[in-house]
Amino acid sequence: MTGVAQAVQNRRSILRAVATIAAAAGVYQALAMSGVFAPALLPKLQTILSTLIAMLADGTMVRHAAYTLYRVLFGFALATAVGIPLGIVMARFKWVENFFLPLVSALMPIPSFSLVPLFMLWFGIGNLTTILIVFYASTFPMLFNTWTGVRAVNPLWLRAAGCMGADERKLFWKVIIPGASPFIITGMRQAFLRSWIAVVGAEMIAASDWGLGWVIFDAKEFLQADVMMASLVMIGAIGFVFERLVFGSLERLTVLRWGMVRLAKG
Amino acid sequence: MVPIEIREVTLIYDTPDGKVPGVKDVSFNVDASEFVCIVGPSGCGKSTLLNIIAGFLTPATGEIRIGGKPVSGRGMDRGVVFQDFAQLFPWRTALGNVSFGLEMKGVPKAERERIAREQLRLVKLEKFTSAYPHHLSGGMQQRVAIARALAYNPAILLMDEPFAALDALTRDDMQRLLADVWQKTRKTVIYVTHNVAEAVYLADRVIVMTPHPGTVKTEIRIPLSRPRDPLSAEFIEWQKTLLRELGQDENRSTGIGYEPTT
Ligand SMILES: Nc1ncnc2c1ncn2[C@@H]1O[C@H](COP(=O)(O)OP(=O)(O)O)[C@@H](O)[C@H]1O
Ligand SMILES: [Mg+2]
Repeated sequence: MTGVAQAVQNRRSILRAVATIAAAAGVYQALAMSGVFAPALLPKLQTILSTLIAMLADGTMVRHAAYTLYRVLFGFALATAVGIPLGIVMARFKWVENFFLPLVSALMPIPSFSLVPLFMLWFGIGNLTTILIVFYASTFPMLFNTWTGVRAVNPLWLRAAGCMGADERKLFWKVIIPGASPFIITGMRQAFLRSWIAVVGAEMIAASDWGLGWVIFDAKEFLQADVMMASLVMIGAIGFVFERLVFGSLERLTVLRWGMVRLAKG
Repeated sequence: MVPIEIREVTLIYDTPDGKVPGVKDVSFNVDASEFVCIVGPSGCGKSTLLNIIAGFLTPATGEIRIGGKPVSGRGMDRGVVFQDFAQLFPWRTALGNVSFGLEMKGVPKAERERIAREQLRLVKLEKFTSAYPHHLSGGMQQRVAIARALAYNPAILLMDEPFAALDALTRDDMQRLLADVWQKTRKTVIYVTHNVAEAVYLADRVIVMTPHPGTVKTEIRIPLSRPRDPLSAEFIEWQKTLLRELGQDENRSTGIGYEPTT
């Protein structure tokens, strides 16, 4: 694709995203202005926006977001560091799979939120607990997708690489990881999403003073629906940026470029 | 290059539905720099045999000798080309694919890229060095696969119906190109096909196999001079000879040369 065509495509995709979000905001605004709900419970867009701007300006929102992002990225990084290697080893060695799979199947359905009280008992309130909750929530999608991805690696690639003298270590880095990359990237996306969900829940109970989850929960005490909404907007915005910019670019630079996944037509 | 001896090789597949004979008591020799085609209907054990020679499968009895020494397992003395286009690594460019073997050998980057470029020139793809496989046609992908198998300079090239999934015109081009590459490199080649015309075009000698169980029926030397003309009377005579050999067993109806492969 040429640079110009690429730029036009990018602009189009941004326009489409804006249109979708504007439509949703319009529906919300109509509902808020209809007067069916009390304005304190369903604040208008301009109220939410001015709260958001005020909180951004005085730095509190930035700090809340920074705390949350720190916890998410830390937990997510741990999940990646554990989930990818373990997923690969599980797919390559039967005995590892036999050992871990029942454990994974038993632990995976436990909602991370239900572990927050227990983790609080063990690790107290603050970063450690919230990071571990994120880690717990995001390891499984990472692990599961990697495990599936490695098993889906075309055996011809392994054969061809084997003929050309690749040992187990070279196979791992030069064939299995890139060969499983569509699944690994999917795993990262799902893990990141789970991280966000987990962190907000964990912060509501197990954080004090800072964090987007904490501020939402805290605002309930003062009936500040606008603060809650402003925080939700923040969560949505950060999630959107990561999904589009980080994972979207990662996909464009790798599996899309290699033709291992394709864009939807039209 | 080096000769290959295949001695009394037998392999039986163990499947949930019982034992399936793959190949039985197969023996033949391949001279150094000889081009041998293995021809036979689907299911007669051609791929099984090639996979044994490549070292992917271990025979129940018998042995493979390469350059006089018995071999077990894979080795960089053999390059392999499969039928499936998907054999290339999609995350590597044509150049990256072709340099893979050299990279495994520890050849420095500049050197392996130089060699890879040379190999790509040999298969007439020098303009596509930086293309990813999904941007190449099937014929081009198979040429990259051939270049990749040749790049680390194995003495032997093993090919399992590499052109069977191509359209007829492209296949003719590929056969010409392969004959040309073989004359330049003088590799020992074992080439599996179920296409009689292809065998007559490429082979010094044709090993005819029959199924149930997979055994060697006969060997036919093709004494035609190269380059061969597929429209010449002698060429067609040899094709008939081969077809006759294949048609004498009960698989008369398999339509050798025209059926889709398995
Ligand atoms: N992996 C396998 N498991 C069980 N049976 C197999 C397997 N591969 C091949 N066979 C059987 O072995 C016989 C020879 O197959 P193959 O070597 O693929 O023949 P060809 O390549 O000549 O078509 C066939 O009967 C086939 O069904
Ligand atoms: Mg076959």
